[in-house]
Amino acid sequence: MEPLERYASLLSDFDAFRAACDRPLPSVVRVNTLKASVERAREALDAEGVAYEAADWHPGVLRLEERGPGTSWPYFHGWLHGQEEVSALPALALDPQPGEVVWDACAAPGSKTTQIADLMDDTGVLVGNDNNLGRLSALRHNAERLGVTNLAVTNQDARNFSFKPFGDRTEKDNRIEAFDRALVDAPCSCEGTVRKNPDALDRWSLEQIKGIVGIQKGILRRAIQATKPGGTVVYSTCTFAPEENEAVLDHVLSEEDCEMREWDAPEGFETDPGITEWNDDEYDPAVELAHRVYPHRNDTGGFFCAKLEVTV
Amino acid sequence: MSDPERDADNGGGDAGDEDTSGEPPENDGQQFDRLPETADERVVPGRPTREEVIDWWEQRYAVPPETWDGHTFWEKGNGKIWAFAASVVSPIAVEGLGMRILRARQEHWKPSTNAVQRFGREATKNVVVLDGEEATTFAKGEDQELPRWEGDWGYVIAAHEIPSDSEASETPRATGEAGDVEPIGVGLYLHGELRSTVPKGRREDLS
Repeated sequence: MEPLERYASLLSDFDAFRAACDRPLPSVVRVNTLKASVERAREALDAEGVAYEAADWHPGVLRLEERGPGTSWPYFHGWLHGQEEVSALPALALDPQPGEVVWDACAAPGSKTTQIADLMDDTGVLVGNDNNLGRLSALRHNAERLGVTNLAVTNQDARNFSFKPFGDRTEKDNRIEAFDRALVDAPCSCEGTVRKNPDALDRWSLEQIKGIVGIQKGILRRAIQATKPGGTVVYSTCTFAPEENEAVLDHVLSEEDCEMREWDAPEGFETDPGITEWNDDEYDPAVELAHRVYPHRNDTGGFFCAKLEVTV
Repeated sequence: MSDPERDADNGGGDAGDEDTSGEPPENDGQQFDRLPETADERVVPGRPTREEVIDWWEQRYAVPPETWDGHTFWEKGNGKIWAFAASVVSPIAVEGLGMRILRARQEHWKPSTNAVQRFGREATKNVVVLDGEEATTFAKGEDQELPRWEGDWGYVIAAHEIPSDSEASETPRATGEAGDVEPIGVGLYLHGELRSTVPKGRREDLS
């Protein structure tokens, strides 16, 4: 795990960070309240003798003691969805409301998408996009299994996302020309998933990161352009690399009409602020409002999450 | 009367596809088209109407018509009917739009597993309530003898009771009336046998 040595300067408790990265992740499910209340899902797990512990920061996030989620009736009924605990953060930061028009730019396989649908009470329009046609079938499968009916699935390059299918520049009353909110859960170097995939860093290189940063910037810029003034855009990755996190935010803050917004992580979930200096680079001080999630703080995977508001 | 066994395996071909005269518009499998409200508004021959879809759920399963008040209905692919939670432009060229709820354009319409799990809770007719072992067999995708069923033949909603607390409750026998039960999926009941149509990707061994 040589690449992670880069972060020794960011962490006073680097040894604890390294030790956490070596531990496997607990198996976690999220309750899908479109189909069952948290209470009913938990009672059904109790009745089947499936042991779990609820995350203290979210009653619907359950850490299972043993077997995977695929072997219980509550899972079969779509009351539960296997989802890494930390990946429940961006949808909470996005805070989508029932009846809104929301974009998930990189949606497959749909854990965050279906959580957004749940928060919208399955109303309004949720556009789940992914450029990978093969992964779209997983997105559709998961959404339908969880009983989601407000999802429109598109297969576009998010950097050039077009509203054409939704009737933009027509006179139709129900055309869609902008989003109220957008989530960019960007493709990334996935350093933070090393607890789930021990070989996640095998192909790590600074060159690879440099290549992916261009895509991240392109998608986030398009999300800001496609969102109404006053609307919310959330940017998240599952990596620690500042090049893919704060540097991307710094770029859009200077290039697009947007500002960083403060967002409090859920009570009981500990995060670190975004960093404003890395190697020889300095970033816009506002990126401190972003959240870095290190694996040893909450016994989760690694993550990065930032909330932006679109300005006029 | 066609045979529902054959319909179940019908890959999608239907006489409407053969019409190449170009005169009446045909279903376009590349886009979603909103269903007409009633037969008077029908333009594409053979396309079910919203009224017909709602009536079908009510007549077959006694799902109350108001269940669908918040949804629009669409066709993509021949006879594949989708329910979407909002109104968007029609036609719309997207990869998915809400949930596929039904296969129509065949003698015996077939609901989808996902639709039955989501909307079948409202059903009070043609609901086969299974006991623990039967439910497990069904979820595995296996067929089983079920001579006690006295309701209609054809596509039924298979359901079971999920204990709401740790005390195991008495499982009701199939009466065609669903009480506090949870739909599992779609069964095809024929000749005393309940066939499971749970798709491969949804089957689980829960024994």
